[in-house]
Amino acid sequence: MERLSLEVPAGEICVLVGPSGCGKTTAMRMVNRMIDITEGDILVDGKSVKDRNAAELRRDIGYAIQQIGLFPHLTVAGNIATVPRLLGWDKKRIAERVDELLELVSLDPADTRDRYPGQLSGGQRQRVGVARALAVDPPLMLMDEPFGAIDPINRERLQNEFLRLQREIRKTIVFVTHDIDEAIKIGDRIAVMKVGGKLAQYATPAELLMYPADRFVEDFVGADRALKRLALQRVRDIDLWKAATVRAGEPVAEARAKLDDADVPIALLVDDNNRPKGWLSERALQGERVREELRSPAEPVVELDDVLRDALSDLLESETHYGPVVDANGCLAGVLSIEVIGQNLHTPPEEVPHGADAAVIGEE
Amino acid sequence: MNAALLHDLVLAQVEIRSRSGEGCVQENGFCPSWIADNFDRYVSPFWQHVYLTLVSVAIGFTIAFLLALVAHRRRWLTGPIVGVTGVLYTVPSIAAFLLLLPLTGRGNNTAIIALVSYTLLIIFRNVTTGLRNVPEEMRDAGRGMGLTERQLLWRVELPLAVPEILAGLRIAVTTTVGLATLAFFAGAGGLGQEIYADISFKSNVVAAGGLAVLLAAVLDLFILGTQRLLTPWRRAARA
Repeated sequence: MERLSLEVPAGEICVLVGPSGCGKTTAMRMVNRMIDITEGDILVDGKSVKDRNAAELRRDIGYAIQQIGLFPHLTVAGNIATVPRLLGWDKKRIAERVDELLELVSLDPADTRDRYPGQLSGGQRQRVGVARALAVDPPLMLMDEPFGAIDPINRERLQNEFLRLQREIRKTIVFVTHDIDEAIKIGDRIAVMKVGGKLAQYATPAELLMYPADRFVEDFVGADRALKRLALQRVRDIDLWKAATVRAGEPVAEARAKLDDADVPIALLVDDNNRPKGWLSERALQGERVREELRSPAEPVVELDDVLRDALSDLLESETHYGPVVDANGCLAGVLSIEVIGQNLHTPPEEVPHGADAAVIGEE
Repeated sequence: MNAALLHDLVLAQVEIRSRSGEGCVQENGFCPSWIADNFDRYVSPFWQHVYLTLVSVAIGFTIAFLLALVAHRRRWLTGPIVGVTGVLYTVPSIAAFLLLLPLTGRGNNTAIIALVSYTLLIIFRNVTTGLRNVPEEMRDAGRGMGLTERQLLWRVELPLAVPEILAGLRIAVTTTVGLATLAFFAGAGGLGQEIYADISFKSNVVAAGGLAVLLAAVLDLFILGTQRLLTPWRRAARA
């Protein structure tokens, strides 16, 4: 480990990612002194970890590891109560906290509390592991590949759940993984590390994908980094095209004027509530009034909350390569095209404002 | 020690019983009615046998358990401890009783010292193996949550090692019940004394030997039951 220096803003997830042997786990374990630092310092909330008793420090920092590390001889409640018991909480307070945490991680307290880890599924165990790490509401959590031992389908679900949970609890999290996709999905900031504990780049996921610092980072994030960036953004994040929205029975001259103004060369038929019905054929705009003659249905319909990568996939499969975008009520919000997505990939991501009151700085 | 001397010693320590009775008894056969009539004579040797076994295993367990805890912290001690207890374990049992006689005299003390020395290796080995088999991620999780080494030992490592520890205890108890049948060489009585007192009489051997087997089985089941009580998580995981 050499000259690693990081700052993690409070309430954010910092992912340490890199090939095996790059020292990401070592760096994480230095924070709660599972590995002692020989040089440099680590500050948590402005205070050096070296000034604190190791065991006491660790009780203040949530810890969840690969294989989850639940104690098989203790019930779910017993596992979650580990640190509260060390801190001498009374029984009533512990029992209440256990139930509260189980609910937080979407487990039924009455059903789960008295079970042993051996009776739980992998996903349930993982949730109990997170609940245990959260037991005394630590402001900082360390997580080492917490989803490592879980099958891909459940992993995806647990990651989503974890992000939902994080929006609620707003912890400062140092998260270790070897999986760049997981890092991009989970992290507010990503530290890409090279073998030997060197920091290759520390940036937001978007920055990392847009401007890899060197060949190593470029290779590590993969050849499909443009697609990965699309996975980070939602349709509502980008500037959509304007379509000529036309209602049946409207004067053709008006419709043609709108068409000249629009970004999309085809007129879109909408109903009275502005819901897209389909793309009009050329013949529909002949004569005096617009006739309801469609050249193709309004497919695919894209929602504002769709992830750009999924929307692109839908567009590629469609006939027109245009996708009407609707809001939660089904009303038209704009049009997504492959060109729009392409342009978006060329514009730099917006800067994330920095604000650090809990910091982790390691150097050795 | 030659055979004749050993024979003399045994004779010197065992009072040969004279018995009278009808055909079956005269022919040294297996006579249930004789056993029923003479059962009283086995009761006090039986309790002596129980006493020797329990005291020896309790002392042996305490010593071996403490040694295992020490060796758990200081790994380098494991080799020397296994070496010493291993030598004790390999001393032929009759020799052990006889060798101790000049030092500690006849009686319970000598028998118990010898019996304890046989339990040490078994229990020590099982406790250390049990502690060593605790998965590393359990230790890591415990330390990471802020357990001190002592808390880790008592709250995580030892509970997880209970199955192996009690497995060792079961072997030690069964072995000790068997070895205690030789305790009369040290003048400590027990069921062995009854067996040797009239070794050619089947009824006698079956009654005394049977009690020893029964004792071993009962103690074994008792420890097995204790293990079940202490490790509810193992059954739960299988269900």
